[in-house]
Amino acid sequence: MSNIKMPALSPTMTSGTISKWLISEGDIVTSGDILAEIETDKATMELEAIDDGKVNKILVKEGEPNISVGTLIAVIGEENNSEKISHVVNQVHSEIKEEESNSNKITISVREALRDAMAEEMRLDEDIFIMGEEVAEYQGAYKVTQGLLEEFGEKRVIDTPITEQGFAGLGVGAAFGGLKPIIEFMTFNFSMQAIDQIINSAAKTLYMSGGQMGCPIVFRGPNGAASRVAAQHSQCFASWYAHCPGLKVVAPWSASDAKGLLKASIRDPNPVIYLENELLYGEKFEINNESEIIPIGVGNIVSEGNDATIVAFSIMVGKALNASKKLLENDVSVEVIDLRTIKPLDIDLIIKSVKKTNRLIVCEEGFPFSGISSEIIAQVQENAFDWLDAPIKRVTGLDVPLPYAENLEKLALPQENDIVNAVLNVLNKVN
Amino acid sequence: MNNLEINRKKNLKIKRKKPGRPVKGFNNNFLNKDELIELYKQMLLIRRFEEKAGQLYGMGSIGGFCHLYIGQEAVVVGMQSVSLNGDSVITSYRDHGHMLACGMDPKGVMAELTGREGGYSKGKGGSMHMFSKEKNFFGGHGIVGAQVPIGVGLAFSHNYKKDGFVSMTYLGDGAVNQGQVYESFNMSALWKLPVVFVIENNKYGMGTSVTRASAGRSLAERGKAYGIPGIEVDGMNIFSVREAGKEALDYSRNGKGPFILEMKTYRYRGHSMSDPAKYRTRSEVDAVRQQKDCIENLKEVLQEQKITEDNLKRIDSEIKSKVSAASDYALDSSLPNQEELLTDIYI
Repeated sequence: MSNIKMPALSPTMTSGTISKWLISEGDIVTSGDILAEIETDKATMELEAIDDGKVNKILVKEGEPNISVGTLIAVIGEENNSEKISHVVNQVHSEIKEEESNSNKITISVREALRDAMAEEMRLDEDIFIMGEEVAEYQGAYKVTQGLLEEFGEKRVIDTPITEQGFAGLGVGAAFGGLKPIIEFMTFNFSMQAIDQIINSAAKTLYMSGGQMGCPIVFRGPNGAASRVAAQHSQCFASWYAHCPGLKVVAPWSASDAKGLLKASIRDPNPVIYLENELLYGEKFEINNESEIIPIGVGNIVSEGNDATIVAFSIMVGKALNASKKLLENDVSVEVIDLRTIKPLDIDLIIKSVKKTNRLIVCEEGFPFSGISSEIIAQVQENAFDWLDAPIKRVTGLDVPLPYAENLEKLALPQENDIVNAVLNVLNKVN
Repeated sequence: MNNLEINRKKNLKIKRKKPGRPVKGFNNNFLNKDELIELYKQMLLIRRFEEKAGQLYGMGSIGGFCHLYIGQEAVVVGMQSVSLNGDSVITSYRDHGHMLACGMDPKGVMAELTGREGGYSKGKGGSMHMFSKEKNFFGGHGIVGAQVPIGVGLAFSHNYKKDGFVSMTYLGDGAVNQGQVYESFNMSALWKLPVVFVIENNKYGMGTSVTRASAGRSLAERGKAYGIPGIEVDGMNIFSVREAGKEALDYSRNGKGPFILEMKTYRYRGHSMSDPAKYRTRSEVDAVRQQKDCIENLKEVLQEQKITEDNLKRIDSEIKSKVSAASDYALDSSLPNQEELLTDIYI
């Protein structure tokens, strides 16, 4: 008997949907036959049979969402082993029920939040267009632009050649010409090809023109490490872009912030670097007010506490929150600040919290040298030195190109336990 | 026919890539006297303005980098004279001539060169970074080639708005070897964007001869792989420039996509003020000045049109006083207020 499980069809896929079964129970399949079409976090993929056999049971219905990778979806074998199959069926059904009971709240994935933000703004303003590699017909390399081509047409949702410097510069020119471009980088790693246009053309022209020539443009896309895609595809560019005057840099964590901040970024008359995270795209969050705009430059206390302050942004916020839960088990109460915007930095919020907790830990996934955490530490010691009861700690990625091997990658990236240890360390409670 | 005339006639030819097309000889595009005088005035203004900028640089009133346009005046004046009000213009750092040809005030341009508050960028941009939204002049870019995708973006916005205007994107022979130029060629051809790429081939990219830097026969052919038509034009002759400019602008305006003009021109001065130009001989420069100078050649046409010496002298002094006024303004204008340091970073 051959058990067909939901396969992992992309580096970041955690679950998928069978969009179509191409077989029925009782069919005889041979190796290489297409069994089903599976919608992953990135695309619709075909699943092929590896072995010959009879389709004994199909366990997941077409369209059932969020079937986790590894879940049994069909059984192919010589004979019908009904006892075993019914056990499997019960197990699958109970898992799905659990999912359903949890989904009564209004939740939305970061991916959907980003798409909705763009669609809502594009409905309001004809001058907004989105351009990038595979944003239109392919529906987005990470499906962030899904459905936009259908709604807004090829004039406003534009597939580009693989030509980052060219289309980044084109976007800048279009912004000078009165339009409001959203330029998607398939990942921010590729924005290095275009960094001259971002820094020298987009960021500096307002100043160099004595205020005449603004550049209302959003550069967005996934930033930071994904999942074992190695050094050239795994880097946080927050400090690169935050370094340059004239740019705003946004890096949200939750879905509502992602949506509210992207709407604010599109409306902002300045060039905005909008850093997403591939691993967060599929994460679901409760969403409060669907059309709320979150102002750029305002951080958020996501968890209140008294013993120490943890500052984080993007994916590190989730890790910080998990760390804070572990710490609470040790009777340590930490305040977690989600920066949401890197530049302009909400330093007042951080300082206010430091004055309450007197201890600070700054987290970022990127490299430590000249990082965002270095900047925050500098500003805190300038403004709140006397309020500190311990040296400020950083929890960052290591100063190495990100390795491919699973164990090494994990060691290179900051983990929950590193945050826990840093907090215990500043509290003199080293475990 | 004297030597000068022979040379002029030879140089007036537009070299066309398409075989079998008649080569146009001398042709003033049927301009009337007033129109001819206007072209002459504009070229002369750029010449005198640049000479003055050179002087002010020598006196220390202008700092940093300063790239003069002397010798190339026919290119931008010719092109702008056949463009429409509303077409956008973008170029590199050798940009003073383009600004004047776009109708920007010489006072504001010179005051920017001297870094004063009366400058177009309030003294914060300098020679290489000036803009005028009002005149559709989009810079003034200091990074070689970077203006090209931006120019395509301007074309994209014309196309998006269907406003019927064309982006005139100027670049030098040095810029044509930058990768982003070909990214721009590709996208503009792919999407049939209204952009005319005006390659000003002044024979030297900084201090390196174009023959030592560029493979291939002709820069006009650099768009061939993308199906972009290109022609070589005598950029020292304003009539050739106008004729080619009209053809290119019509083509792009009619939705056929980009067009490349390779303007064969020459700069008399070094790459920048600090360049002694040892990479070419004095006699090379002199020969061009004597035989092909765009202003002298047009002056002869004016004389043939019975425009009197007195009239020409009057024009001369009119331009001189305009430039002096610009220079006075630029030196009298105050240094920018210290508060300007921290404005215009964000809107």
